Amino acid sequence: MHRIRSFILWFAAALLLLAPATAAAAGHEASEPGELDMKSYIFGHIGDAYDWHITTVNGHHISIPLPCIVIDDGLHVFLSSRMEENGYTLNEDGKLVNAATGKRPVDISITKNVCSLIISSILLVVLILLTARWYRRHDVMKEAPKGFAGLMEMLISMVTNDIIKEGVGKDYEKYAPYLLTAFFFIFLNNLLGIVPFFPGGANLTGNIAVTLFLAVCTFLAVNLFGNKHYYKDIFWPEVPAWLKVPLPLMPLIEIIGMFTKPFSLMVRLFANILAGHIMLLGVVAVIFLTAKLGPALNGSMSVIAVLFGVFMDILELLVAFIQAYVFTMLSSVFIGLSRQEPAHEHEQLETTNN
Amino acid sequence: MSLITPDFGLLFWMTLIFAIVFFVLAKFGFPLITGMVKKRSDSIEQSLRDAEEARKSLKELAAEQKKLIEEARKEQARILNEAATAGDKIVQDAREQAREQTTAMIDQAREEIRIERETARRELADEVTNLSIEVAEKLIRGHLNSAERQNALIDKLIEEARASHKTVN
Repeated sequence: MHRIRSFILWFAAALLLLAPATAAAAGHEASEPGELDMKSYIFGHIGDAYDWHITTVNGHHISIPLPCIVIDDGLHVFLSSRMEENGYTLNEDGKLVNAATGKRPVDISITKNVCSLIISSILLVVLILLTARWYRRHDVMKEAPKGFAGLMEMLISMVTNDIIKEGVGKDYEKYAPYLLTAFFFIFLNNLLGIVPFFPGGANLTGNIAVTLFLAVCTFLAVNLFGNKHYYKDIFWPEVPAWLKVPLPLMPLIEIIGMFTKPFSLMVRLFANILAGHIMLLGVVAVIFLTAKLGPALNGSMSVIAVLFGVFMDILELLVAFIQAYVFTMLSSVFIGLSRQEPAHEHEQLETTNN
Repeated sequence: MSLITPDFGLLFWMTLIFAIVFFVLAKFGFPLITGMVKKRSDSIEQSLRDAEEARKSLKELAAEQKKLIEEARKEQARILNEAATAGDKIVQDAREQAREQTTAMIDQAREEIRIERETARRELADEVTNLSIEVAEKLIRGHLNSAERQNALIDKLIEEARASHKTVN
């Protein structure tokens, strides 16, 4: 896993180095027709939008209009294709603003990401409830599920036994529903993100709002149910007294630690998925960027790009699983740490001395 | 940069939808599945434990059986050995007895033979005595056919008797 992550980091770093150059090149020649605008190409794919762009045929965009819900002076609901008629427009960041005042209203539109979120959530609920239905209709003592329910059982058992039970420890059943939901939510959305056409393709788990929400959930799960020992370790840790009074150095560090843990969860998932999307887009972009270099070079580069794209896609499948796994595992471990019972006094001292 | 600023609209929907998904799955989905899986795995574990126990008791039973057979075999060997010894002893005893009997019989026979021989010898001696007396009678009768001879002998005998009487006195 470490190797994969380091590879991703390495590749992302290389891409970051290349990106300004290509973007600048694209920017210079953007005026020429048929030229690829790298910036809008990549950000169009990884960013959010008010309509779901399917494809472009002969310069004509084919996209699914999505409903915009705006609270400005009262509630306004309209399709994104009728934005202009309702007095709204997009600013340079691609955000919806009031056309007259140029101000951002309270915007709870069903954007591309929200639409993807709704689809994947329905899919998730259906998948899990279908599995649950199998159990309701069969006698588990007599038969084990086959096919889809069997696959789901394997995954659920794996997450429950290998991640949640190991991480949380005692009373893990209380946290299992949240952690399982988080695992399957992340895993399913990661997978849908790799699918390049309509129901998938949105960069949901690579969106900071989504990972922020998940991290906040873990933060709440850790800190709302933390035991006395956990809070004692934060506000009055077992360190020399001068580290605690008069300046509460250690408590301060511990309190910062409370927030850095979920913060790292948020950034890890966000950055990994975003980097994966950018990498895939970059590899595909090679085909279009080399188009004007002549058919021979373009053809050979296309072959390389496709091969590399296949490799990246498979790698992304792995990353999709690994990131869901890591998020759930770390959440479990953080929850487990907040519920750790103090061991024997001298053992406690030993661990702190170490 | 819009990439790292959380969008309010998405956050709002995310909260709402994730809450609903979590509620539905936590109520109707995961606990049911994990409960059932746990139930089954528990029952499998129980069955495995039972099987292990059964196997252990079977092993014990087999060991006991083996021990029993071993003991029976030992007993059998012991009995056979004893029987062989007893048989040997009987044969030995019989032989001993036979020898004793034979010896006794031989001894008896020998005794009888001795007695028989003694009797025969005695009879023979008597016979010889009688014969010699008869012969002596005949001889004497032939020798003492005249009167002077008889007188001479009487005198001689008296003389001898006197001599012997004198020596006795």
